[in-house]
Amino acid sequence: MNDIAKKLLKEVSGLDEMPKGAYNIRENSKSVARQSSENIEIVSKEDKSGIDIIVKPDTKSENVFIPALVSCSGVHDLVYNDFFIGENADITIIAGCGVSTGDSCDGSEHNGIHRFFLGKNSKVRYVEKHIGEGTGTGKRVIDPVTEVIQEEGSYMEMETTQIKGVDSTRRFTTAKLKDGAKLVIKEKLMTHGEQFAESKFEVDMDGEDSSVNLISRSVARDYSRQTFISKINGNTRCMGHSECDAIIMDHGVVSAIPEITANSLDATLIHEAAIGKIAGDQMIKLMTLGLTEGEAEAKIIDGFLN
Amino acid sequence: MLRLENISFEVENEKEILKDVNLTIEKGKFIAITGPNGGGKSTLARIISGVLKPTKGKITFYGEDITDLSITERAQRGISFGFQQPVRFKGITVHDLVNIAKGEDLSVMEASHYLSEVGLCAKDYINRELNDGLSGGEIKRIEIATIIARNTKLSIFDEPEAGIDLWSFNHLIDIFMKMHQSKENSIVIISHQERILDVADEIIAMVDGAIVKRGAKESVLPELLHCEDPKNCLNCHDILEA
Ligand SMILES: Nc1ncnc2c1ncn2[C@@H]1O[C@H](COP(=O)(O)OP(=O)(O)O)[C@@H](O)[C@H]1O
Ligand SMILES: [Mg+2]
Repeated sequence: MNDIAKKLLKEVSGLDEMPKGAYNIRENSKSVARQSSENIEIVSKEDKSGIDIIVKPDTKSENVFIPALVSCSGVHDLVYNDFFIGENADITIIAGCGVSTGDSCDGSEHNGIHRFFLGKNSKVRYVEKHIGEGTGTGKRVIDPVTEVIQEEGSYMEMETTQIKGVDSTRRFTTAKLKDGAKLVIKEKLMTHGEQFAESKFEVDMDGEDSSVNLISRSVARDYSRQTFISKINGNTRCMGHSECDAIIMDHGVVSAIPEITANSLDATLIHEAAIGKIAGDQMIKLMTLGLTEGEAEAKIIDGFLN
Repeated sequence: MLRLENISFEVENEKEILKDVNLTIEKGKFIAITGPNGGGKSTLARIISGVLKPTKGKITFYGEDITDLSITERAQRGISFGFQQPVRFKGITVHDLVNIAKGEDLSVMEASHYLSEVGLCAKDYINRELNDGLSGGEIKRIEIATIIARNTKLSIFDEPEAGIDLWSFNHLIDIFMKMHQSKENSIVIISHQERILDVADEIIAMVDGAIVKRGAKESVLPELLHCEDPKNCLNCHDILEA
C-alpha cells in the first residue's frame, strides 16, 4: 500500500494499521488485505467483483472494516458487497471510500453496490465516509447504491458523510422494512466548487410498527448543486419521518423533493425541509462573543454538520 | 468609560427610534434601564454592541471612538451583550458556546461552573444542542452564562429575568451583585423587575426613544409613571411587570 492509499485509509476509516477482527481493504479494484473473525466471515464473490460478509447469529459488539480506496487516476471500480446479518447480531460496519486522482486530468470512479440483509432482531450501525482528493482536473466520482432488507424487529442506523472533494455523487438507497423494523439514516454532505450531489431514498414500510427516520444536513457552497429525493411509502401502521436541512452559500443550489405516500389509514408520515442561508442573528450572536465573520461562519457550519 | 453623544437611530420611513440620546456610563457602575415596551431599550443595547449603526452621533469606549467599529471589534474591546431573545443553533452545544464566549477550550468542569451559576444542572445541559429542544427559560440562562463567562469591561443584559423562575431569579441577582463587587467592570441591565431596580446604582428611564430621567430609583419611577407613589400603586405595578 502506498502513502496515498495509507492516507486515504486513515481518513475514511480512522485506521493507522490493520484492525483487530474482520476487515477487507480494497485498493484500485482489488482486495489487498482481508481477515475474517470467528463470527464474521468475509469471502470473495465467485461471479463478480466483491465480497460477501456473513455475520453469525448472536454476534455481539464486533466491528467490520471494509474501506475501498482508489489511489490513482483512470480507475473505474465497480464492486458488489453483500452483508448477511444473523439473527440477534449486533455489529458496527465501518465502510468508506477514498478516491485520489493526484495531479492527473484523468478521473476516477468508485461505484459500490451494497446489499444488507438484516436477520430478525439484529442491529447494525453502518458508518460511511466519502473522501475525494487530488489537484488535477480529473473528476472524482462516487455513485453508491444501497439496498436494505430488514426482517422483523431489526434495527439499522446508517451514517453517511461526504465533506467536499467528490465532484459528482449519485446515491441511491432503498429499504424494505418488516414488522417492528427500524431504519435511521443520517446524512451529512458538503459540496463546493462545481460539485454535484444527488441523494435519493426509497423506503417501503411493509411491516406493522416499522419506522424510518431520515435526517439530512447539508451545505452547498460556491456553484455546487444538491438534490434530495425522499420517497417514503407507508403501507401499514407505521411511522415515517424525513427531514432535510440545508444551508446554501455563495451560488449554491439545493432542491428537496419529498414524496410521502400513505397507503394505509394507520400510516403517519412527516416530511420537513428547510433550505436557506445562515441566519443573520446566528452570525451576529457569535460576533458579539468576539468571533470574526469568517470564524462565526465556520463555527455555524461545523456545528451544523457535526 | 462608555459615552454616547447625540445618538439617533432612524429607520426608512423617517421614524426615529432613538432621539438624540446622551449617556455616560462610568467604570464599575451597575445601571438599570427601564421603561415601557417599545421605548427603545433594546435598540440602544444593539447600538452599543454594534449590531446596529446609529444614523447620527458618536460612541466612545475608554476614550476610543468606536462608532465605526464592527460587532467583533467591540466585543474584543470588552463589550458583551446578552440578547432579549437568545439565538438557537443546530449542532452547536452549550459547551461549544461557553468555549466561544470564553475564547478558549474549557474542560467540562470549568464550563459547568458557569451553568451552575445560572441555576442549570450542568451535567444535564453541557452537551445539549442549542436547538429548539431547549425551553425559553433554559436558553435564556445559557445566554446569561456566556456573558458571565466573558467577564468583560461592559456587560449588557436585555431583560435577563424573562422566563426565569423566582428562585433562580434571586440567585441571578446575587450573581449580578457579585459581578458588581469588583468595581472594575460595568453592568447595564434592561429590566422591568423591581428587585433589579432596587439593587442598581442608578436607573435610567427610556420612553419613546429618549432618556426621560436618570437617577436613584425613588426619583426616576414617579417621573416614568407620572405617579406620586408608584411603589404602592397597582396600576404602576402592572405597567412595570408588563
Ligand atoms: N429595524 C427597525 N425598523 C423599524 N422599527 C423598529 C426597528 N427596530 C425597532 N423598531 C421599533 O422601535 C421601537 C423600539 O423598539 P425596542 O428597542 O425593541 O424597544 P424596547 O426594547 O424598549 O421594548 C419599537 O416600536 C419597535 O417596533
Ligand atoms: Mg426590548
